[in-house]
Amino acid sequence: MPKLPIYLDYSATTPVDPRVAERMIPYLTEKFGNPASRSHAFGWDAEKAVEQAREEVAGLVNCDPREIVWTSGATESDNLAIKGAAQFYKSKGKHLITVRTEHKAVLDPMRELERQGFEVTYLDPEPNGLLDLDKFTAAIRPDTILASVMHVNNEIGVIQDIDTIGELCRARGVLFHVDAAQSTGKAPIDLSRLKVDLMSFSAHKTYGPKGIGALYVQRKPRIRIEAQMHGGGHERGMRSGTLATHQIVGMGAAFRIAAEEMATENERIRMLRDRLWAGISTLDEVHLNGDMQRRVPHNLNASFNFVEGESLMMAIKDLAVSSGSACTSASLEPSYVLKALGRNDELAHSSIRFSIGRFTTEEEIDYAVQLIHKHVSKLRELSPLWDMHCAGIDLNSVQWAAH
Amino acid sequence: MSYSDKVLDHYENPRNVGGFTTDDASVGTGMVGAPACGDVMKLQIKVNDDGVIEEARFKTYGCGSAIASSSLVTEWVKGKTLDQALAIKNTEIAEELALPPVKIHCSILAEDAIKAAVLDYRNKHEVATEGYASCDPTAA
Repeated sequence: MPKLPIYLDYSATTPVDPRVAERMIPYLTEKFGNPASRSHAFGWDAEKAVEQAREEVAGLVNCDPREIVWTSGATESDNLAIKGAAQFYKSKGKHLITVRTEHKAVLDPMRELERQGFEVTYLDPEPNGLLDLDKFTAAIRPDTILASVMHVNNEIGVIQDIDTIGELCRARGVLFHVDAAQSTGKAPIDLSRLKVDLMSFSAHKTYGPKGIGALYVQRKPRIRIEAQMHGGGHERGMRSGTLATHQIVGMGAAFRIAAEEMATENERIRMLRDRLWAGISTLDEVHLNGDMQRRVPHNLNASFNFVEGESLMMAIKDLAVSSGSACTSASLEPSYVLKALGRNDELAHSSIRFSIGRFTTEEEIDYAVQLIHKHVSKLRELSPLWDMHCAGIDLNSVQWAAH
Repeated sequence: MSYSDKVLDHYENPRNVGGFTTDDASVGTGMVGAPACGDVMKLQIKVNDDGVIEEARFKTYGCGSAIASSSLVTEWVKGKTLDQALAIKNTEIAEELALPPVKIHCSILAEDAIKAAVLDYRNKHEVATEGYASCDPTAA
């Protein structure tokens, strides 16, 4: 029997790899200098560590280290990229494009820009979660200045075709921002080839520490952004604030490990994910959310029809997973990502996201499968909707009293 | 979100799960909520000739608090007259289960389920009631 609870929520956050933690610790104690201190060895040591980490981060995504700007995380990177570019290039146009399934860290800055007078087009994805490139192209206007499309979706794990979207943008003079918080170490990224102008990264989704991220700001052609944080002029004026040396060292170490190990690690994780899906898809009325082929191996998002997600999570409390059900929030609105795919409310309320990672074992997956079988069956015995389904009643034909 | 011990107890050992034949004249059926809202409760009461609820059964699609609320009311209505059952308030359910504010709607739904079941029983027996139009159990 595996050690409980079992962590299957690697898309929420990952543990810091012990090898990463080991590299970080000296920078909290003896090597505590401020990397901006130019007058003594404490500062020089810290600066050297920061620049080495910058190379390690650049190494994973194949860009120039000078194109990496440290931030506090992907949320800040998204804000800096979207608001910073929109504000800098506002004389060229006021229109932006994004997708309804983006993370709130992209959608909310877009909303803020709308308040400032910009116009934003929110594209609907196809039912498999992917963007239709013809619809994307059709949304581009003469005054479009920036498009933001995430690489890998946080809920359903689908991989957008940023290769082609980049080409479409570049050919039309539209800046292209990509939120890559969920893709580092999971899907290959080659910025020397991709037509991406701005890309957001997070450390803690890739076995680094929380509270550190980066923004790729392309140098050729040079992309300009307006700073959102003003102060000491750090990071060439794009992001002021004393650099968090130990966090930066951690992000560098984590990204170096990702670069070295992702090929073998992803095959192992894919095998575990497929084992999980093979195990749970033998249950009746289990629906996969998002495209299975164009998806990172770490993610499985499934709806267990006629079982409410939160009660299922409560039943399988030995598994740390997340649900697209919003019963925990006052709004009662289920996942906006699943709804954007056209999933009905029942299926959205019945969804569970399993995300697998570096420390997941086969034994844990097998335990998860048998636990899910047991409790889905038990909850269906409790479910009036399951009874109705078994009796052949179409739930859509029922006049429900919404509350 | 953490659950109270009472919610966990009802959730893990739900009382009176199941159902009666809907056509039975001694049975009142209430179905409230909607799948789109994430919870649906079906509550059935079996009423004897003296107008006392002898037994109750439920099935619920919903979160742990919704399941616990409906399980609890099956215990509470047993042995009560219809009017006594109607007097059960959602605040009492919420208090008994120590529901947090975001889960109060579960207790409201359980109260509605009682009302809907009683209404259905009374409709079968053509007893004039004040009506409870928003929760028409015949819809199911």
